[in-house]
Amino acid sequence: MWSLSGITNWVDQWLNATFNPTLTLIIEMVIVGVCVISLFAVLGLVLVIMERKVSAWMQIRLGPNRVGPKGMLQSFADTLKLLVKEGFTPNGADKFLFNLAPYLAIIVAMLLMAPIAFAKDFHMWNLNIGVLYVSAVSSISVISILMAGWASNNKYSLMGAMRSGAQIVSYELSAGLAILTIVVLTGSLNLNDIIQSQANGWWIFKGHIPAIIAFVIFIIAVTAETNRAPFDLAEAESELTAGFHTEYSGMKFALFFLAEYVNVFIVCAIGATLFLGGWMPFHIGNWQSFNHVMDFIPSSIWFMGKTFFLIFLIMWFRWTFPRLRIDQLLNLEWKYLLPISMFNILLVTAVAILGWHF
Amino acid sequence: MVEEIGTNTDGDLLINVGPQHPATHGVLHLVITLNGETIKKVEPHLGYIHRSIEKMCESLTYRQFIYVTSRMDYLSAHINNHACALCVEKGMQIEVPARAQVIRVIMDELTRIASHELWWGAMAMDIGAFTPFFHAFRERESINDIMEETCGARLTMNYMVPGGVMADLHPDFQKKVKAFISFYKTKIDEADELLTGNIIFQNRMKGVGILTKEDAISYGCTGPTARGSGVRCDIRKIYPYEIYNTLEFDEVIETGCDSLSRYLVRLKEIKQSLRIVEQLIDNIPEGDFQAKTKAVLKLPKGEFYSRVETARGELGVYIVSEGGTTPYRIKFRSPGFSNLSALDKMARGSKLGDLVAMMGTLDLVIPDIDR
Repeated sequence: MWSLSGITNWVDQWLNATFNPTLTLIIEMVIVGVCVISLFAVLGLVLVIMERKVSAWMQIRLGPNRVGPKGMLQSFADTLKLLVKEGFTPNGADKFLFNLAPYLAIIVAMLLMAPIAFAKDFHMWNLNIGVLYVSAVSSISVISILMAGWASNNKYSLMGAMRSGAQIVSYELSAGLAILTIVVLTGSLNLNDIIQSQANGWWIFKGHIPAIIAFVIFIIAVTAETNRAPFDLAEAESELTAGFHTEYSGMKFALFFLAEYVNVFIVCAIGATLFLGGWMPFHIGNWQSFNHVMDFIPSSIWFMGKTFFLIFLIMWFRWTFPRLRIDQLLNLEWKYLLPISMFNILLVTAVAILGWHF
Repeated sequence: MVEEIGTNTDGDLLINVGPQHPATHGVLHLVITLNGETIKKVEPHLGYIHRSIEKMCESLTYRQFIYVTSRMDYLSAHINNHACALCVEKGMQIEVPARAQVIRVIMDELTRIASHELWWGAMAMDIGAFTPFFHAFRERESINDIMEETCGARLTMNYMVPGGVMADLHPDFQKKVKAFISFYKTKIDEADELLTGNIIFQNRMKGVGILTKEDAISYGCTGPTARGSGVRCDIRKIYPYEIYNTLEFDEVIETGCDSLSRYLVRLKEIKQSLRIVEQLIDNIPEGDFQAKTKAVLKLPKGEFYSRVETARGELGVYIVSEGGTTPYRIKFRSPGFSNLSALDKMARGSKLGDLVAMMGTLDLVIPDIDR
């Protein structure tokens, strides 16, 4: 089977044979850095065009169709436009924090990439506390939003940032508890171990009802955490114009925009890893020939397919639902999702101890 | 110093919504006093799109001034023109031919459907759902196409003139309207499927923006805004004009007094308008489309008033004539102005997000408020 790990191993061996170990490590780090940055750019371009096409499809429109074949190069044109725009800092803004905020947002998104397994044996960092790392680092993103809202010296920005702070801090809990459900079933915090444990079936199928409840809560919570509609109160267009990034323009705005889309990709990748088996192919019991055919599809395709399916789901929400109000948003979390998740944890613990899962 | 940090002496946050803001659908300016997310006071500031239409009308003849009124409530241009034509006809005692009356009513009701469709899309956008806007525009565009064929314009039609309508119907008119009705009937329940039944939507609308029956009357609210509070105020029913007293349709009244009631009134009104158009489209009488009138119209000395039901409420036209070719004074009683005045009463104590939804249910058209 063709796989990406072959390429990485070959590069590693060649570098080790040519240079000394320290130099090899430095070169490899540079390669990984370049890869992450290019992945960022590609993801941004792909997800933006995907969102525009999906929304156009749902809204009986054509969507962008002028730049390149079927409008596929529209994102390039947009990026070019944003690059040449003036990076404007409003009067009275806290210049240092104002300019720092977009970089912080993008750095958080980059850090989150580290433990994700993109294909079989293809990840940047095989971290033994991967799940914990993801939960911890993703909560830093709220700081960049608060920073942007506070430093802009704009009331709309400030309100957007305050809403966002309340929202992200609340929904972290549900997302964390949903992730814990799988950790309880697997007995490991390592993302690779979690994927390996799904070799004979994904957790959403194996984990009975608790896994399904956890999956639904996870999707709701991460939609809220990434500030996507129907939980986009931080940028609520009709109320707060653009919320925390009202005052940003040019590339600084683009960084926020990019961070949002990359965050969507990351949470969907985590969701695919935890519940849908990561890069594991789809297997049915002992249907040998069917399983064999499924194995032929490269693991990276499986991973991307599952991730993009979840991304599509989140985009579908955005173009269907109206927005919640801030008190309803917090009610949903504290009165419904959190108690359900806590009960779910008890349930899954019982299931795991009694060995009822497959 | 107080100005600089944008708070008043009580430490509340003052924010300016508009005149350039996506929620106000135009150049309305609201100064909102906020305590956290809770609204303490809403103060509308008007005048950003004041064009002195009433003053302009004083120097225009009775044939000319009707065209200016298309620019007031541009979403129900036909109905504005209709109100003015009615007032002039009352003064001149012109008998409008039966064909013209039927054409006028059909056009009014098509305008009402188009206006309510646009409102539905914009209202959904206000509470954060983007897709309904495009679905609403699909229907509205087909009405605009029909209007374009007969009137020559899509937004400011200028089709009603004193004594009838400006031109006869396009030969394809009946066929196109019937095609539209059959197409629209397949789509009309989409509104309920896409938005009304949605639990998020229900939570956002139910029990929000309460306007009691007493308040609705004392603020002079009319149209769907007042009917959502249980006030009987459909001019087509209580002061019928043209042929409305011969038609079968119901006055839609909801008694919830909240945003959801106002929303439901408009959705149901679309169906009633469709019912009226269906009754008339096959029964357009033959004959003249315009009464024979003099080239120069002169109203006798006196005061004349006419009222019609626009998509937003009661539009009154008050003309004072000195017997000349131009009105001495003209005054429009626009529905949007009175409806907007109730916003402060409705909004106090609710959240900022709800204010936008309430403004959506008032169906404000700013040029109608400012004139």
